[in-house]
This record gives sequence, C-alpha cells and structure tokens, in this order.
Amino acid sequence: MAIRFDQKCLYTKSHEWIRVDDEFGYIGVSDYAQSQLSDVVYVEVPEVGDSFSQGEVFGVIESVKAASELNLPVAGEVVEVNLDLEDTPELVNKDPYGDGWLVKIAIEDLGELDFLMDAKAYEALIKRAQKQA
Amino acid sequence: MTEPLIIELSSPGRCAVSLPKLDVPQAAELPDEWLRDDLALPEVSERDLVSHYVRLSQLNYAVDIGFYPLGSCTMKYNPRINEDTARLEGFAASHPLQPAVLTQGSLELLCRLQDALAALTGLEGVSLQPAAGAQGELAGVLMIRAYHQARGDTARKVMLIPDTAHGTNPASTAMAGYEAVEVASDARGNVDLDDLYSKLGPQVAGIMLTNPSTLGLFEERILEVTAAVHAAGALVYGDGANFNALMGKVRPAELGIDIMHFNLHKTFSTPHGGGGPGSGPVAVRSDLAPFLPGPIAVRDENSYVLHMPKHSIGAIKAFYGQFSILVRAYTYIRMLGAEGLRDAAESAVLAANYLQAKLRGTLPLPYERTCMHECVFEGRIKGAEDVRALDISKRMIDYGIHPPTNYFPLIVPEALMVEPTETESLATLDRFVEIVQSIVAEAHSNPALLREAPHNAPVGRLDEVQAARRLILSWHDKG
Amino acid sequence: MLSGIGVSSIDELFEVIPEALRDPEIVLPPALSELEVMAELREMADRNANTHTSPCFLGAGAYNHFIPSAVSHIANRSEFVTAYTPYQPEIAQGTLQVIFEYQSMICALTGMEVSNASHYDGATSLAEAILMASNIARGKRTRVLLNGGINPMYLQTVRTYTQGTDLELESSPLLDGDVDALAERIDGQTACVAVQLPDFAGRLFSLEKLADAAHRHGALLIVVQYPIALGMLKPAGAYGADIVVGDGQPLGNALSFGGPYLGYMACRREHVRRLSGRLVGETVDTHGRRGFVLTLSAREQHIRREKATSNICSNQGLNMLVAAMYMAAMGKNGLRQVAELCYHKAHYAASEIAKLPGYRLVYDAPFFNEFIIECPANAEALNKRLYEEYGIIGGYALGSLEARLEHQMLVCVTEMNTADQIERLLAGLKEVVQ
Repeated sequence: MAIRFDQKCLYTKSHEWIRVDDEFGYIGVSDYAQSQLSDVVYVEVPEVGDSFSQGEVFGVIESVKAASELNLPVAGEVVEVNLDLEDTPELVNKDPYGDGWLVKIAIEDLGELDFLMDAKAYEALIKRAQKQA
Repeated sequence: MTEPLIIELSSPGRCAVSLPKLDVPQAAELPDEWLRDDLALPEVSERDLVSHYVRLSQLNYAVDIGFYPLGSCTMKYNPRINEDTARLEGFAASHPLQPAVLTQGSLELLCRLQDALAALTGLEGVSLQPAAGAQGELAGVLMIRAYHQARGDTARKVMLIPDTAHGTNPASTAMAGYEAVEVASDARGNVDLDDLYSKLGPQVAGIMLTNPSTLGLFEERILEVTAAVHAAGALVYGDGANFNALMGKVRPAELGIDIMHFNLHKTFSTPHGGGGPGSGPVAVRSDLAPFLPGPIAVRDENSYVLHMPKHSIGAIKAFYGQFSILVRAYTYIRMLGAEGLRDAAESAVLAANYLQAKLRGTLPLPYERTCMHECVFEGRIKGAEDVRALDISKRMIDYGIHPPTNYFPLIVPEALMVEPTETESLATLDRFVEIVQSIVAEAHSNPALLREAPHNAPVGRLDEVQAARRLILSWHDKG
Repeated sequence: MLSGIGVSSIDELFEVIPEALRDPEIVLPPALSELEVMAELREMADRNANTHTSPCFLGAGAYNHFIPSAVSHIANRSEFVTAYTPYQPEIAQGTLQVIFEYQSMICALTGMEVSNASHYDGATSLAEAILMASNIARGKRTRVLLNGGINPMYLQTVRTYTQGTDLELESSPLLDGDVDALAERIDGQTACVAVQLPDFAGRLFSLEKLADAAHRHGALLIVVQYPIALGMLKPAGAYGADIVVGDGQPLGNALSFGGPYLGYMACRREHVRRLSGRLVGETVDTHGRRGFVLTLSAREQHIRREKATSNICSNQGLNMLVAAMYMAAMGKNGLRQVAELCYHKAHYAASEIAKLPGYRLVYDAPFFNEFIIECPANAEALNKRLYEEYGIIGGYALGSLEARLEHQMLVCVTEMNTADQIERLLAGLKEVVQ
C-alpha cells in the first residue's frame, strides 16, 4: 500500500508530524512510521502538564517486535493526550494523521517550526530511504 | 489439541497431598483480621495433577526429543549423570546457612569448579555467585566501575559495545549507570578498528566484547582491539556466551580479556529448563579479584570457608550461586577433562562449518569466512521474496526439528543463526541440510505452505498482537 | 566432514587464533568414567550434613518444607527440563501454559493483579522491585526507605544492584521493626518503602498505616513475603501493597545449598509495563484455539537494549515449574494446612524454649514460624554442640551479622519438624549449657 502524506502537517526526520492550530499543535507519527512498526500494541504518552524541549523524548510506541521513542517536533507543554489509544492503540495504524494522534501541546516558540519539513520534503526523504533499502 | 487450565480441573475439597496431623498442642490462633478468608488455588487430585502436567510436557519440543540448532543458545545434550549428582541428598537437602564445618563437601566442590574455570580462561579470580549470564554481566560492569573508582578515576562514563552484541550488554551497562556507545562492525564481521579508535578516550570505562561474536566469527584482530582498549586505560569485558567454541583452544586472558562471564547452561551442559535457571559465574585477572561479588568459597589452612573479597561489589544475589547447576557443571568438567573439553569445542566448530559449507548456495551467507561454533544465514530466498526467515523457521517445525534463532544478530537482515553443537551426529546434520533444501524448494513451488506453517504443531501460529493489546496474564483476567 | 568443508584438518578451522596462543596446556584433573565421577561426587556430598538425616531448625531465607513426590516427578520430565525459552510458542505450549498457571496462582496467593514468570531469587526480586519503583517515578524520586526487618542478604543485594544509580537507600538498623517510625519518614521524594512480612525475625505487624502513608505521598509500598505464610495470613495485596516479592523456594524447591531458587514478583495492573522479567499472555491461534505466548517483550533487553526495564533475559524456569506444581498439588486446603502446622509447631517450640533456664524470646510480637531466642551462651558454639551431641542442625546464629547478637539464634520450625525433633532440640538446648 502506498505511503500517505498529510499536506497540512510538518514532519521530523524521526517520523513525527505536527499540525498547527493557532498556538497549539497536534502530534502523531507518520503513515510511514506506523507501517514500519506494523501492529501498534501500546503507546506511552506523558502526563498533561509535562513540558519538553524540541527533539526531546516524550513517549514510546510499541509493536510486538519493536519499540520506538517519540521525539517532540517543537518545544511545548502537553495540554491533552489521546486517551483512546489506551484501549485502541490500533488507531495509530488505521488513521495515523487523524484519530491516531498522540498528544496536543501548547507550542512554546512558533519559530521552531521552521526547522521541520513540509510534506513534500518529507516525502522526498522517505522515497530516498525506500530506494536505499 | 489444547489442555484445560489446572483451575478448570478443580473440584472443591480435593488435594493432591496428604499431610501429617498436628503432633503438638495447638497455640492460640492469630486474630481474625490477620488471616485471609480465601485462597483461590486449584483443588485437584494427585492423579489429575500428574496427568495434566504430563500432557502439558508433551506439547513441548526439547533437546531430548531432537535437533535444536538454536544459535547463541548452545542447546547441547545434557548428560543424565548431571541430574543424579545434583540430586545427591548431601547436596540437594543441605541448607545454605549450615555452619561451614557441616558443608565441607559443597565448599570443596565450589573451590574445584572455580579452579577449573580459572584454568580454562587464565583468569585467576572466580566468583560462582551470579545467577545467569546477564547477572554475570552486571557484576562485571560493576567491577569495572569499582576498579576505576578505586583508582580515583571517576571520569569514565562510557561503555563501548559492538553492534553485534546481545541486548543484555547495553541493558547491563545502563543498570550500572554507564552510557552505552555502539561500535560498528566491518565488512568481515569484526569490530571496525577505525570506529573503535575514534571512540576510545579518557571517558571510556571499558568494552564488552563477545568473542566469537554473535555472528559466530572469531574477532580476527582481537589483540589489536584489547591492546588499544588497555592503552586508553579501559578494561575489556569478555561476554562468555560463545565460549563453547574456545574451551581448551585458547585462554581468554591471553587475548587481553580482563573480566569474563560464563553461561554454564550453554557451555557446560546444564539444562536450559524452559528458560532457566542459568548460571553466570565471573572470572577476573588476579588484580581485579578483590572486587568480585561474594561470598566465595576459599581453602583455609585445612578446611573450606566462605569469604567476602576485600573490595567486593557486594552480594549480587542471596547465598553462593545456583548451586545445583554448579554441581552439574562440575560433573560435566570432571567427566570430560581438559582433552574432552577441547574435543567438544573442536567438534562444535567442525559441525557448524559443515552446515555452513553444505548450505552455501542454498541460503545467502552474509559473511564468507570460516565460522566458529555457529553460522549465520540470511533467510531470503531468491525468486520467493515474500517468504521471510520466520516462515522458513515455522516450516522447520513441521519437519520435526527446532528452528534456528531468528532476527538476531540485528545487523543481518532476516537472520537465521544456526548452532548445531558438538553433540549431534553426522546423520542429524545431513538431515538438517536436506530439510532446509526441501523448504527452499517449497518456497518456490508452494510458498503458502511456509507462510501458514506450522501445520503439524499442537497449535498454529499464535496472535501475538492480540496477546499484547488485550492483556490476559492470568486466569483471573478472564472475568 | 573435513572434505565437505574443504579443509584438511580441524586445526585449519582454528587458524584465526594467534598461533602462539592456540591449544595451551590446560591443567585439569584427568577425565573419569561415569561410575568414578558418581563415586567422587557422592563422597563429597556425604561430607555435608543434610536436612533429611538431621533435624533442621534453620530458616532465615531458605526453608525446609515437604516436597511431594508427584511434584518432583512431573517437574523432571525431559520435555520441560531440556527445552529452551519458549520463543517458538507453537512447540512450547507446555512451558508457556505452566507459566500462565504460575502467574495466576502467584496472583491468588499474593492478592495482586499481575505476576511475572519469576526472577532469580527473593533478594534480586526485591532489587528489581526497587528499580521498578524508580522507573515508575520516572527517576523523579530518589529516596528508598528499607525496613531493618528485611533479610540482611536482601539488603546487600539491593545495595549491589543500585550502586550505579542515583537512588539514596536509607535502611533502619538491623532488626529494627518499627514500621510506624518508617511511615513517618516517607515524603514527596520517596520512590518506595520496602518491608518484609513476616520480617527477618519472624514478626508480624500491620501494614495499614504504612500503606496509607506511602500512598498519601505518592510512594510505592513494596512487601517481601514468605509464600508459605500466605497459606493463612492476609496477603500484602489486601493491604494495598504495590509490588509484592519474595523467594518461591519454599514452594516445593529443594534447599540445594542456596540455589537455584526463584524470586516471585507481582504488582498492580497499572504498573505492568514497568514490571521486569518475562510475561506470558493468553491468545488464540490461526484456528481460534486458545494458546499462550510471551508478551510485552518490547520492554525487554533484546528489543529495548539500554532502555529496557532490566537486563534479565531468563527466568528460573525449572524452579518456577516446581512452584506452580506445588501450589496446584497443595491447593487451597493443603497450603493452609502446611501454614498451620508451621505456626502451631513453632509456637509450641517457642513457648517451651522460653521455659528453659537461661533462655528467653527476644521479641514478644506475634510471629509466624520463626522467632529469635536469647541463649545463655554463644549461639555458634551452642550449635556446634547441638550437632555433635544431638545430631541437630540448630537455628541461625546471629553473631555472624553483628557481634552484639552473638547470644541470639533465629529458630525456624516447619511441618518437617516432628514433636520428637522438637523435644530433642529442647533437651539439647537445656543440656549443652548445663
């Protein structure tokens, strides 16, 4: 199945996305990341109120055979976590850019968004990675 | 075929054991609020108990049933005498806190086993206490830490670990408070010397080296590796998981290893027990002996006593080690002697090279070299690309053998790691070659046969995703 | 085989070893036949005293209990003994189902929700529980409070395990059983507080205040428990303990001079992902049939490497198997009966020893089956004469822990000690000091 890219998101090299909504941002993992992990069985998310800097590990995502750390695309404070993932972690596989979102943060410095890739740049990165494999 | 759970066989009032009546006057009972009102254990008769567990045993595959070429696990045959010596009443029914005068036989056995492990490695200090290889590693890393601290050298925070290492190496490193830094392998499967040199420095406490590596390959420039590490003031930890290839062939101390653990359940033929108990003694060069975990059995003037080394990292578990496993390992060494152990290592290496040669061309071989006690193939079949290593493994079950190790080491894609051990006959090795060849043929003619395998096992492939998402970890979870 | 490989000698396969170091002389005693090895080992074994031929009143972390024949026989089946870790679940359902049953029975016994497949022993399971508590606090709490009633060997092991971490261990003095004082020391920096019940001196106490205080400050309560005592005592789980650990040896495993034993470890469900060690879960196969697999392995070292919950990559498979079979064999009524036999015999022995001239019980707290006596002489010397003159393996002489305790002895009585053995002990204790 072809890898999907959400044009409204910005991406990190470690395959997280952020969708900006005023000073807030929804964060998740890309369709490519979920396909590499295969069936997600657990997502460990931080508590509301926890703060992280740009690139800091804020959680872990697990499949049966692998575990991958989650890095925050930009610094911020967690204002909401996706509680549905507790019982239905498969949402990350089914709808990585929608119902499979992980956390919502209050963005500390909108300027940090400049360091992220847009969908086009991220797609190019994935294409290169797939060619090498 | 599935077997009911023991709780499903329970019927009120049954008990599989008869106990004596109280033969002293009753004491006052404890107050009710201290006592439990229920104990939801099964109630079964002895007859039902025995059948249940015998039937369960029959759902297992085991070394005693047949070929078990599970790489990095050294599934050799376990001689039966080991079981009998371990169960001698004087060993099995002795309490660990009996005064030393009442345990002289056990303490002597511990001393003799320490001597044998020292002779095989050239490392003079031995503690038999660690319970498993992973615990031996933790003890080893803590000793490295204690050694540097005793010298006032507190700046060393990094442990170097080759990318082929078992996951226990970085995990043990983290438990001891060190940062694990990976060292790359080169195209021949050796430690990449340039990468090593670039990472050595005053911040490095040591390196954890598995030799032969988990690729089954002897480190070709090991003397250069250990010399460089020593020159940087760091120590070399030898992961002894693969010592089966080297027993009697070379003493690790002479390769520059300072500390090493053994896996007695691999190299010295103690049973694997469905996942344990293992036993992971550590050996060190003599100047590191004061840091060993303990207590350790030592010879006094004319008796044996327990002794805590002067600067010990402490006790790493209760008592003196997995004693009955130590009895088994000592028995094995006593049966074989130095020549026998060397023969075992040679036969193990011969068997692995034989399989590597016979299967060359059948499956891709990522490292084209003489191997040691195990060989690593890629489970990829040209022309049947959607068949994976796991499918090949599962199909082997249908042929009545245990599959090799899958997906390890991590640096080989679709790894299939084969360790035949020295205890298998030529006929068994040839049969294995035939089985692999048939499976490769099936991958072309009927790939579904592999992807849906096993077909002849007690159960089919199990849904691990469901198990992890909807955790049922006891019969109480079923509501 | 050599020609199949394309070499002319085995030596060629080892050419990679530097020649000067290859095939060194290894000095070991010469190989012997099976008959001779058996004779040699038997001779060594016979130089030990053992609990089958000598009445034994030693406990202190390892316990002499009855092992039913059926348990030994089924646990020694080749199919269990010579299998490896169940990484290929289709041909390891035997081992996997026994682990599942073991986990279930440990939960029942401890009153907890989740059990792992076992650690090395009681001491290491306590150490792992403390690391787990630190993980649950995400490293933000560094204080660890340890009660002085915890087995001193366990405390040593905890110190060994934590020496590379930034945890601050604070243990009350040896045998200090004041849990109320312990409760008062808990604060917002405390990751966990650990106690043993019955404690090293055999004493029983209430956990209620301690559990309250721990939870009020967001700290975890870890309790070490002797599984046989749980045949009658209300388990720590019922008091709100967060992690319960202990040594499972008393559940059918031989004393074997200290090992191998097993450490059991159980916790509340909310902490299952921080629980180290193997876990088995139920699932279905491709035909919808019930089956069992290792699960939550993404916590473990082979996947998480330096980020794993622990470095452990085995369990005490065979010892766990024995413990499971023992719990099933004894069942609900048998285990209670064993516990009651221990309790009543120990109380009889204690009350009779207290009547002997020069002897007294050191503590008057309620106890299960162990108690400390003050002797009119050095306990170690007394033990020597008890064995030489009465053939009895006496209690644990506490002078080896602290010199001030040289007159004290920790006595353990189990269902294995008959009334005759107890009378013999009483006679011995009385006469050797006259």
